[in-house]
Amino acid sequence: MEIDPFIFRLSIFILSIFIGYFVVWSVTPSLHTPLMSVTNAISSVIIVGAIIASFSSLDGSSISFSNILGFVAVTLAAINIFGGFLVTQRMLRMYKKKRKKEK
Amino acid sequence: MSANFSSMLFLITGVLFILALRGLSSPETSRLGNFFGITGMILAIIVSILSVDIFFSNLVYFIIALSVGGIIGSIIAFKIPMTAMPQLVAGFHSLVGLAAVLVAISAYYSPDSFGLGAFQNIKTASIIEMGLGVSIGAITFTGSIIAFMKLQGLMSGSPITFPGQHYLNALLGILIISLIGYLIVNQSTQIFWILIVASLLIGFLIIIPIGGADMPVVISMLNSYSGWAAAGIGFTLENTALIITGALVGSSGAILSYIMCKGMNRSFVNVILGGFGSENSSNNTKEKTEQKPVKSGNAEDAAFLMKNASSVIIVPGYGMAVAQAQHALREMVDKLKKNDIKVSYAIHPVAGRMPGHMNVLLAEANVPYDEVFELDDINNDFSNTDVAYVIGANDVTNPAAKTDTKSPIFGMPVLDVEKCKSVLFVKRGMSPGYAGVDNELFYRDNTLMLFADAKKMTEDIIKHLD
Repeated sequence: MEIDPFIFRLSIFILSIFIGYFVVWSVTPSLHTPLMSVTNAISSVIIVGAIIASFSSLDGSSISFSNILGFVAVTLAAINIFGGFLVTQRMLRMYKKKRKKEK
Repeated sequence: MSANFSSMLFLITGVLFILALRGLSSPETSRLGNFFGITGMILAIIVSILSVDIFFSNLVYFIIALSVGGIIGSIIAFKIPMTAMPQLVAGFHSLVGLAAVLVAISAYYSPDSFGLGAFQNIKTASIIEMGLGVSIGAITFTGSIIAFMKLQGLMSGSPITFPGQHYLNALLGILIISLIGYLIVNQSTQIFWILIVASLLIGFLIIIPIGGADMPVVISMLNSYSGWAAAGIGFTLENTALIITGALVGSSGAILSYIMCKGMNRSFVNVILGGFGSENSSNNTKEKTEQKPVKSGNAEDAAFLMKNASSVIIVPGYGMAVAQAQHALREMVDKLKKNDIKVSYAIHPVAGRMPGHMNVLLAEANVPYDEVFELDDINNDFSNTDVAYVIGANDVTNPAAKTDTKSPIFGMPVLDVEKCKSVLFVKRGMSPGYAGVDNELFYRDNTLMLFADAKKMTEDIIKHLD
């Protein structure tokens, strides 16, 4: 009997939770805010679903309800992707080590 | 692009995202990490576009949608003040939640394009995943909106409770589970929409009873939810990148929630049930607030104490963020350092309204991160420090958490500021902190209360340091 591909996806999922667990514990507490903004940005990879929805049409002749939902979802995800990564970048740039002379 | 090849590339996206989080283990590697994250995202978008059949009209709308979102996102990212990070993150979570809901609805109505079967004849596994994804997404959406409104001050930060609240929530929870079960059986459109509405409602109901200072837990929890929603959709779409990302974000949010709960010595359930600091602890305050003598001073006294100290520890809290006092504070510290006074910063895990909130504000004010310490690393230093400057923090310094078993905050880890030779407490008035508990530190002999706005007081101290 062949293994259902679902089992493979479930394995990826479970193992990723463990990776997440260990990786996140190694994040230094002073970077917890950038951690939240970057996890937020990467969870917008849901845009891959939005892209499928945006182009989900069999004949390509008219814009369907699913397409419209797709476009809105693309907009929302794009706000998050650009906003999330850029604000993270902005924050990370502020973290500086001690310098000898101030100003 | 063949399905196998695109799956490989999605796997690479997942790996790049893991490296993005891994980079955050230290500030030096974090920027490279962020670059990995951006690369992963660009890869995912390109692969998705190459995997679908492109129609010209749809492509135009798609590009418009992407550009509009991109422009809005970029403007927000550059304009947002650092003090507003908690509400920004809450707002972003709501967008992820809503996007998940929209994708799920779209997949429900056109399952053929997603390769899930036909309308109302979707594969059983897919409909389960879709039901879970849409439900968690909807909870994340409304829950984050409430969190956003509370943090932005559009809504009172105090807990909103009403009789029978928990029963109503439990009932809705059971309803949602049964609706998902029912959806599997008949895939009815009405059931699908009722499920969405019920989930939207419960997202709203579970956040309203949670008070302002519990927001670090709430934000982390919603962060986690947005991850599980993404994973749910990832299973529906059979997409590895989404599954990996969802698991990463989900566990990240869960760990942060745990750290925040531990910082308050409260169980997760206790925070979620809410209402903390509203009724149960107020009587405790009344008994104690009888006129006990407090020593209050002005900026000149504070400047005098600090000038004659050899070491100072700064304890910032949410009040510093509200008063936007971080820049003035840094200036004050520069002056102290010129006089060869050793200065460090002590950060309590739950200081502020989100994990790491104070660190970002101090970084914004150009405070080097190696002068900023976590509770465990600095707590022993208070006993050989001359002055503690507590600015906008309260409950996290209350010694009652160590001694008074009756106190609602008993057992919470606190900063041992009372061990310093003198404690300077910047506060606007005598009101108790969020937990509604009186702080006995105010009445100690070695405490000097500085009643003023945090920023104004710090600026006045700077003047007197010259």
